Amino acid sequence: MAEKKVEKKLKNGVNVDALLAAREALKQAPQAAKFTWRASCKWQTGTHSRSKVKGFHGLGAEQKHKTEFSFDVDHPEIFASEDIGATPVEYVLVGLASCLTAGVAAVAENRGIKLRSVEAQLEGAMDIQGILGIDSDVRNGFDDIKVTFKIDAENASKKDIQALVAQSQKRSAVYDIVSNPTNITVVVA
Amino acid sequence: MIGAGHAGLATSRVLAERSIEHVVLERGEVANSWRRERWDSLHLLTSNAQARLPGYRYDGADPGGYMAMPEVVAFIAGYAAATSAPVRAQTAVTSVTAVDGGYRVATEAGEIACRSVVIASGACNAAHVPALRAAVPESVACFTALDYRNPAQLPGGGVLVVGASATGAQLADELRRSGRRVVLAVGEHVRLPRMYRGRDVLWWMEASGVWNQRYDEIDDLTRARRLPSPQLVGTPEHATLDLNTLSAAGVELVGRLSAIRDGRALFSGGLRNLFALADLKMDRLLDTFDEWARSGGRDGEFGPPERFEPTRVPERSPLELDLRSGGISSIVWATGFRPEYGWLRVPVVDHKGHLRHDGGVVENAPGLYAIGLPVLRRRKSTFIVGAEDDARDIVAHLAGYLDGAAKAKA
Repeated sequence: MAEKKVEKKLKNGVNVDALLAAREALKQAPQAAKFTWRASCKWQTGTHSRSKVKGFHGLGAEQKHKTEFSFDVDHPEIFASEDIGATPVEYVLVGLASCLTAGVAAVAENRGIKLRSVEAQLEGAMDIQGILGIDSDVRNGFDDIKVTFKIDAENASKKDIQALVAQSQKRSAVYDIVSNPTNITVVVA
Repeated sequence: MIGAGHAGLATSRVLAERSIEHVVLERGEVANSWRRERWDSLHLLTSNAQARLPGYRYDGADPGGYMAMPEVVAFIAGYAAATSAPVRAQTAVTSVTAVDGGYRVATEAGEIACRSVVIASGACNAAHVPALRAAVPESVACFTALDYRNPAQLPGGGVLVVGASATGAQLADELRRSGRRVVLAVGEHVRLPRMYRGRDVLWWMEASGVWNQRYDEIDDLTRARRLPSPQLVGTPEHATLDLNTLSAAGVELVGRLSAIRDGRALFSGGLRNLFALADLKMDRLLDTFDEWARSGGRDGEFGPPERFEPTRVPERSPLELDLRSGGISSIVWATGFRPEYGWLRVPVVDHKGHLRHDGGVVENAPGLYAIGLPVLRRRKSTFIVGAEDDARDIVAHLAGYLDGAAKAKA
């Protein structure tokens, strides 16, 4: 039941050797494993805001992305808004999809599985009586999130692929954030 | 030797074979933990045929049966007598310190100087209960796997069992049969059928060699050592005790207990994937058994390969439970055990409270060894039948160490 040993050549483009080396190094230096991710947000107008991501903290030092990333977020016209960007909840679905997809690639690399294509469709069911305050028994967030993966791989059985997807969920940050309670503190400076 | 459980006694027997002078210190009576720290209805997960220690084995009429606790105590105590193990009972160790040439072991009955110490106190000295237990409302009674004895001990009303290991599954089943409402919070778990192709599944583990897999051949050893015990029970009917059995009996399955907030228990929404992971892992193991039978030409000895119904996902699994509403009057924490090394004054315990050892050879402490810990040297290390091979390896190393130390002194 041991993982198959992987050839040096990257099958899916994930540098698993580097990740495994990092894992070993961090076992000896747990403080360096403490990361803080950041985002800053500026209201534009109406329900439109623009968020930026550049710096983060990890491996014991301040880090930053190569460029600053910018995200316009808004509500759609049927919400009487301008639809300048995707909604916040759609960003959450994007976060979940990308985290799971990256995980599939990394686990596939580690298991010597060569991926040809990986596509995911996501659906988040939401009763907006919650956010509109119409019915207090209805929650604000998603009642249900469904993720459907379509994965084509060169050398993997259906069971192998199911195992890939299961392992990706097991190690996914966003899956954990969305499926488990997370502490949030909001202060006014 | 610290601890007269089956592992300590097995090692003692091997030491005696090599005429290595030793003493076995036991805080209570032989097989103390089996006498004092297990619930009433508990039976071994392994069948009597797998009750084997160096030079001793079950020889009764029911090799397929599973021993109840009094029978286990009798078996181990019988072993201590048969091997004339040098046990000093009612002799708790209060400290072990490193001194020149070996160790000083302090007990309530005086001090012992020795060249070598084998820690056989086991991995289950205390219940491991998550920190969020502190947020449980006072109206809800809490029990652990160490203090639970039987359903009558709990107040009437619903029970939340946290953890779906062997303990959690067995207690959820027992409490459900006592007529209570039972909610089982399921985290990572190991699913196994009791019988496979007509044989006990743990027979397959041993025969196929899975149990013999060495610690230095395992990719993620830390994870393997922390695996929850498989969802098995030892009954005369050889019943399978998996989540499908439990939900068919009316046990309500919910996700892993993630938090307790304002008296509400919050469960993970990731239950479905945990079922998938356990089902996939079980299928991989059964594939391994089938491959072993096939490649050894033994297919004819067994029934045909079987695969089992996937774990059924509940229609609606609540994400929270109000612990203040009265529906739940007790919580049973089946959240594992941890060893206790407060008496060990040698710096060999890591920040998580575990011994730092390489296959039972404690690191940076010449002459200090451990036996009877999860996957100490093999996957079977903590099972009764796993004690002998580990004991022989450890004693071989220890004997070599004593020889070397003697030569260095000479």
